[in-house]
Amino acid sequence: MSLWNRHKIFEKNSILLIAGILAVIAIGGLVEITPLFYLKSTMEVVDGVRPYTPLELAGRNIYVREGCYLCHSQMIRPLRDEVERYGHYSLAAESMYDHPFQWGSKRTGPDLARVGAKYSDEWHVAHLTNPRAIVPRSVMPGYPTLAHTELDLTVMAAHLRTNRAVGVPYTEDQIKNAVADLKTQLDPDSADLASFQKRYPKAAVRNFDGSVGNPTELDALIAYLQMLGTLIDFKLYDEKANLR
Amino acid sequence: MTDRYDFDRISGRSTTGHEWDGIKELNTPLPRWWISTFYATILWAIGYWVVYPAWPLLSSYTTGVFQHSTRASVVNDLAGLERLRGEKMAVLGKASLAEIETDPALLALARARGKTVFADNCAPCHGSGGAGAKGYPNLNDDDWLWGGSLDQIQRTIQFGARSGHAQAHEGQMLAFGRDGILRKDEIATVANYVRSLSGLSTVANFDAAAGTRIFADNCAVCHGENAKGNHELGAPNLTDHIWLYGSDEETLIETISYGRGGIMPAWNGRFDPITIKVLAVYVHSLGGGQ
Repeated sequence: MSLWNRHKIFEKNSILLIAGILAVIAIGGLVEITPLFYLKSTMEVVDGVRPYTPLELAGRNIYVREGCYLCHSQMIRPLRDEVERYGHYSLAAESMYDHPFQWGSKRTGPDLARVGAKYSDEWHVAHLTNPRAIVPRSVMPGYPTLAHTELDLTVMAAHLRTNRAVGVPYTEDQIKNAVADLKTQLDPDSADLASFQKRYPKAAVRNFDGSVGNPTELDALIAYLQMLGTLIDFKLYDEKANLR
Repeated sequence: MTDRYDFDRISGRSTTGHEWDGIKELNTPLPRWWISTFYATILWAIGYWVVYPAWPLLSSYTTGVFQHSTRASVVNDLAGLERLRGEKMAVLGKASLAEIETDPALLALARARGKTVFADNCAPCHGSGGAGAKGYPNLNDDDWLWGGSLDQIQRTIQFGARSGHAQAHEGQMLAFGRDGILRKDEIATVANYVRSLSGLSTVANFDAAAGTRIFADNCAVCHGENAKGNHELGAPNLTDHIWLYGSDEETLIETISYGRGGIMPAWNGRFDPITIKVLAVYVHSLGGGQ
């Protein structure tokens, strides 16, 4: 009686069969996914990538809420024509603080991985309010409500804490100052500017939606869009060390 | 387990030996071609492991005998593209803006390349044909905020306007209403005066003398005595029937009350100098170049 004949045990015992199936499928996961957690080559070593500021994180939440990822990807693939159009191909390190990442798989609109600093804030205000005012053939929906919807600041610290729970290295200091930092990023004349920029180096500080009053969802979304793909200085990036 | 070579008496075919309540299962093997293809794919996979990156190891992964790397190939592809463009673009690089403009072959080349770059980078604001939109200048007409010569266009593309770049064009329309420089009635008067400059209708009780005086005291310093504008400050010509934000009284009052200051990004870091040059030639050739 060879081993081959033992399949009877599985065929006659459904629980054992399920356990067997799971064990076989798990091999695929173990071999293909587990190594990504310990292989150094998974993530490039780069300078400049930092966790999102509270304002950018709020904007990212709106991006996810409105389902922007359904039409916009954030993943420039290492292909000639994509690099030609959008800029340097995306690095894994650039989405290391994304939970969940927004790579997307559908491009009804253009890729947004490097849209940051490409257009002015005013352009974004006009375009998000009514895309056809600027791009007549656009099929993107308008989001005029963002401009007069105030951000819910009460949950900001909790958002940072949640991100920390899944691995983003927010400090206690950053969480404590979440709301203050959010307001500081909108006000270049703020007295807390120095401490904000210490917590979030090189973060852009300005009134993103150009209107006075409380921080709006439009402020947050534009702040987020304007930092996309801008963290890494590719002049300093070692291409050869990160070939895959 | 029954005998492997058990035959079913009625059909004359072999059975699998499985029996349920006296019923036996016929052995119907898959076609030979199917089995062979299946084994061939397994062999192919083994070959694939050998030549391409495949298996994760403890500290790295198998790179395969081809040493294939997606990122290295895109670098190669881009280098190939650069070579392809290289020579012709180098000619454009050496030629001065004026030379490109006068040489039909160079001009055609610059326009072809410029069109692609414009579509990818400039069209979202200036429109795919450069026709602009409210707040975004039309590049086809002969009205220029910062000057319409080749050099001036190139400079605007390089450093932008109010872009934050140290060499960017600077110049701000003041918020005459918000900052309390002019009263509401004065703003309405001067708005009508500005309309009258290009022959547009004014309100019935328009005081032309007061309008002239307010304009001379507040606006002429940037827009000029004759309201023909000033390229140094990006102050538009107010007499040419071309309006960036709109010519109706309401819009003009808004413009004067709150000021304007559109932003054009600096493209210096994003494009190499030849691309900027090509783009300047393309924009210049759209129709309004001076």
